Amino acid sequence: MNITSLLNALPGAAAQGLIWGVMAIGVYITYKVLDLADLTVDGSMATGGAVCVMLMMSGCNVWLALLCAVLAGMLAGLVTGIFHTAMGIPPILSGILTQLSLYSLNLAIMGFKANQGINVTKYPLIVSQRNVRELAPDNPIFIALIFLAALIALLYWFFGTELGSSLRATGANEAMSRAQGINTNIAKILGLMISNGIVALSSALLAHYQGFVDVNMGRGAIVIGLAAVIISEVMFGRMFRNFALKLAGVALGAVIYYIVIQIVLWLGLNTNLLKLLSALIVAVFLAVPYWKAKAGQRGGRRHA
Amino acid sequence: MLELVNVRKTFNSKTVNEKVALDGVNLRLEDGDFVTVIGGNGAGKSTMLNAIAGVWPIDSGRIAIDGYEITHLPEFRRAALLGRVFQDPMTGTAATMQIEENLALAARRGQKRTLRVGITREERAAYRDRLAALGLGLEDRMTAKVGLLSGGQRQALTLLMATLKKPKLLLLDEHTAALDPRTAAKVLELSEKIVTENRLMTLMVTHNMRDAIRYGNRLVMMNAGKIILDISGEQKKNLTVEMLMDAFAQASGEAFANDRILLS
Repeated sequence: MNITSLLNALPGAAAQGLIWGVMAIGVYITYKVLDLADLTVDGSMATGGAVCVMLMMSGCNVWLALLCAVLAGMLAGLVTGIFHTAMGIPPILSGILTQLSLYSLNLAIMGFKANQGINVTKYPLIVSQRNVRELAPDNPIFIALIFLAALIALLYWFFGTELGSSLRATGANEAMSRAQGINTNIAKILGLMISNGIVALSSALLAHYQGFVDVNMGRGAIVIGLAAVIISEVMFGRMFRNFALKLAGVALGAVIYYIVIQIVLWLGLNTNLLKLLSALIVAVFLAVPYWKAKAGQRGGRRHA
Repeated sequence: MLELVNVRKTFNSKTVNEKVALDGVNLRLEDGDFVTVIGGNGAGKSTMLNAIAGVWPIDSGRIAIDGYEITHLPEFRRAALLGRVFQDPMTGTAATMQIEENLALAARRGQKRTLRVGITREERAAYRDRLAALGLGLEDRMTAKVGLLSGGQRQALTLLMATLKKPKLLLLDEHTAALDPRTAAKVLELSEKIVTENRLMTLMVTHNMRDAIRYGNRLVMMNAGKIILDISGEQKKNLTVEMLMDAFAQASGEAFANDRILLS
């Protein structure tokens, strides 16, 4: 166990964490703002990369490819939203259905191959793992930070508008929102679209970063997103009250998650057990508020 | 003007739990009418209000406001015409949003929600005045989360939200039932003040006979999904609890054996 090997791995963990941080912000919007657990993301976390990489390989401009990736993600969110609102399917099941269909669709987008590589020497990739230890403007950490800042600014503005407020209200109290004339179905669909658009953006950036897109790259994405959301709540919940700071905290939560993973790997954990570890950690953290509430009830009786 | 024509609603139709909640309700309110609605548990009071608000579709009949038929409009569209305050103080407000944000949401009821800023500076000033008029000190806590407020404060805020944009019809659904007696009295006074100042057409459900007699210009009694009594004008002014109980016994053919009403 050599400490330098861990230190060498940290820039990579930070870059990956920031890119996944974009994804976690997408999860935050459904899970926290809209109060819906959306499992579409496990699919759209591969869709964005697939669309972006395949378009670039067929000669498309990198920014246009990125935009198309985001639109593809939004389309996935639209489908989940329609499953839920127009067809009355519970949100979790709606997400699972879209996620499953996306597995086939992602393969189709990638020409029925499980993965597709894109070489940084041949294509103008926005971020690349190759530059992660360079002190230069094309360092992926730096570029991911710019993307995050722009995204947070955009979301901060949007959720302050009339339309954005109606989304927040829908998540906070659906009955009240309808009584105040908000079409809560539209609000949910819009929220799912925005969320999955962001996830697809993250997916495209991740594909650039690692130099390939894989049909399985989104597997367990929802758990990583939730982990980032929960870590940020536990660590910065009291400090970050402002909406923009909360979003930044979620991205930071993803970075912390990846650094912890890196440390655990450095300590010698088998890579194949990572998902098990992540799931258990998230389960425990999700239980904490429930346990706290129960402990509070018991305390109340004792004092009464 | 509000019109309910032969409105019917059955819950859990064709099951053992089948319940006829509205059994051909006919009601007509004129502009400015302040009608109190009274009746036992399961009489259909709240169901009638929910039918008007469009919480679920009715089985048959017609509902119109100012001659404009709303029978088949979804709940969020009818909201443009309605102000609503609910029994549960948690229902009418968004707990995780600020007081001023809740008001801003209500101020846009019936309007298209655009990408304009959600709350403007002029609005804030106006809300401060409106909140100050409530006399609860909320004007100094405009950026506080509504979840921090007491039940009474939340009902007062909901009342303000329901009337911020003048509704054609105000629906008060036992909105003081969950409050302690002193707070309930305060919220009722406030309701009456707002209703009279704005000359609002109002339907107020209550389980308290005295309140039903004291407030409004007209009283409607329901039983088993039907309106069995409709008293207004001078007759209403001279009503007593005893007279109401007798009237109930006569109209329904049974004694008014309902603890919740007798005790209040």
